[in-house]
Amino acid sequence: MYKIILAFRYLLKRRISYFALFAVALCVFVVLVVMTVLSSLTADFKEKTHRITGDCVISSRSLAGFPYYEDFLKTLEKQDIVEAVSPVIKSYAIVKTPQNEQTLKIVGIDPCSHNRTTGFSDFLYYKNFTPLEKVADFNSDGKKTLTGYPDAGSIFTPASDTNMPAVIAGIAVMFDRNSGGKYNAPISLPTTEITITSFPITAKGTLERAGTSVVASKTFVLGNVVQTGCSADWENIYLSFNDAQNLCGLAGEPKRANAIHIKFSKGVDINKGCAKIDSLWREFAGQNKDLAYSNLFKNVSVQNWRDYNRTTIAVAETQQALMIIVFAMIGVITVFIVFVVFYMIVCHKSRDIGILKSVGASNGDLMAVFMVFAFLTGLLGSAIGSLAGWRFLVHINQIEGWLFRHFNFQLWDRTIYAIGDIPNKIDLSVLAIIILSAIAACLLGAFIPSRQAAKTDAVKTLQVNRL
Amino acid sequence: MSKSIIKAAGLFKSYKMGATSVDVLRGLELTIKKGEFVAIIGSSGSGKSTLLHILGSLDRPDSGDVFFDDENLNGFSSRRLNKFRNKEVGFVFQFYHLLDELDVLENVYLPSMVSRSIIGWFGFKTQARQRAAGLLERFGLADRLTHKPYQLSGGERQRVAIARALMNEPQVLLADEPTGNLDWQTGNDILNVFTELNKAGQTIIMVTHDQRIAQKAGRVITLVDGRITD
Repeated sequence: MYKIILAFRYLLKRRISYFALFAVALCVFVVLVVMTVLSSLTADFKEKTHRITGDCVISSRSLAGFPYYEDFLKTLEKQDIVEAVSPVIKSYAIVKTPQNEQTLKIVGIDPCSHNRTTGFSDFLYYKNFTPLEKVADFNSDGKKTLTGYPDAGSIFTPASDTNMPAVIAGIAVMFDRNSGGKYNAPISLPTTEITITSFPITAKGTLERAGTSVVASKTFVLGNVVQTGCSADWENIYLSFNDAQNLCGLAGEPKRANAIHIKFSKGVDINKGCAKIDSLWREFAGQNKDLAYSNLFKNVSVQNWRDYNRTTIAVAETQQALMIIVFAMIGVITVFIVFVVFYMIVCHKSRDIGILKSVGASNGDLMAVFMVFAFLTGLLGSAIGSLAGWRFLVHINQIEGWLFRHFNFQLWDRTIYAIGDIPNKIDLSVLAIIILSAIAACLLGAFIPSRQAAKTDAVKTLQVNRL
Repeated sequence: MSKSIIKAAGLFKSYKMGATSVDVLRGLELTIKKGEFVAIIGSSGSGKSTLLHILGSLDRPDSGDVFFDDENLNGFSSRRLNKFRNKEVGFVFQFYHLLDELDVLENVYLPSMVSRSIIGWFGFKTQARQRAAGLLERFGLADRLTHKPYQLSGGERQRVAIARALMNEPQVLLADEPTGNLDWQTGNDILNVFTELNKAGQTIIMVTHDQRIAQKAGRVITLVDGRITD
């Protein structure tokens, strides 16, 4: 009991121990705030990327796409592990709006099946459209009856009175952002004509109608904008699957698609599901190797959503790795600070060590006094740091707003980065890890001084004249 | 004739002081009987404190044996030596050596806490507090229980130190210059405490360099050049 009492009194009554407390609290505060913000941003980015992609993607590395995708879709729909599938056309096109002309990714989707696979409609900025699930239910008899993929989604039917089909643009394609991170999107969707000019590719991988007109062009009206928080916002323009297939030259027999996005049933492990799909694809490709243009199968790969978006996710993961390295260094600094403070305390309290030994305390008991002291330092420092971090995170957006108003300072320039409010929700499991790490750092830092305390010669500390 | 409680046989102890080795105890022989009040006197550097520390197992001799109740301390494990210091002997130092972080009452019952686990302590705490308070009352410190050591005078601190030494009812009280840091009157009060304790049967071994103080003891042993001369 005296170990706890003494450790607690040392902590409260020795001013030098406040330095250790402050160091631990500061480290916990910094780690908690940065981890919460950066991890939430990364997790949010990954979650959105996952949702917009689906669980698994069968895609061709060639703009020529791959044929017989409809047959493979039927195979996929029979699988218990598959909840929804969506064929997708992907290519590049010159997109002309009243404001400018830019090269974008065109993405052809069937809105109903794509929404079932990716939750696409959740990302639509203007919500005044016929709910996609309703359309999907209306067009299907059940879970796996999406045969034919009708171009029935109302999202490509413009609200305005025009005969032109609609497209959905990434929000950053159409609108700028203000300094607060909000897009300057009008309350109701403006009637905007958009002309898409693409380069149709034959199954042989050449430009269609070479030597004459090598481009296909069509004018659409803006039907909605999509805000994903991912690269789709400034890179993509969505149109109906059939229009995209025609514009990209993939509509000729055999019809081709560039990708199939898949959503697995609940509880299916994504890696195992992808392995199963990969095996099915290999089997399918093997069975159809003698058909025309089956050579395009060799360009096809099966990837989980993470690998499919590797180029963008890798950046976020690199940042996370760097963050972990920085935090490890902070941890080392904490250990060092605790070591120095405890070393000084042990030197200062050497007489106490002698007294305790004279009344029968063992070396282990003395070590325990200082280790309990270190534990309490870690615990209390963590509590203070966590509390301060929590209060800071609660007000982080107001603080940033105040800094912006008074000093024109922003953590992330909202006109550049696709970030709205700074995320501030503390992950309790992360908090628990931070607290445990802080306590462990204190115990580690205090270990050598505590051992030194245990080994202190009582006679030396108790006597003025040794003889 | 009463039985011997401590017996030292052939004690040798030397210290390194730079390149040279200083022999402090040179084959010291000593017997202390139960209930004795013994004063060990000698000039500064004669080895008085070293002898006291060896008798209380705070230090170990280079060679020779210390017997306590006919048991050789050399054969004790570290654990048993800790228990020995906790139960069988009580130290009183010249500079009191109280813990500043604890109040007077806590300082007194500290030995009782040391010998018990947390659970054991909760079962014994009330009893320990009562005994500590009783000892402090006996030494005229009943109104000082919640004071911190730095709030007390030298004499009061030394009485707290004596109370602490007696907390676990040790067989032997080892006092190292207990009046060395006190004025004559206060020192005399402390010696009177020792005399009373001895009358009640407490064995006391006191180290001092002052002949007048030593005269208060029942037997005086003089240490010269690491040996007892009389």
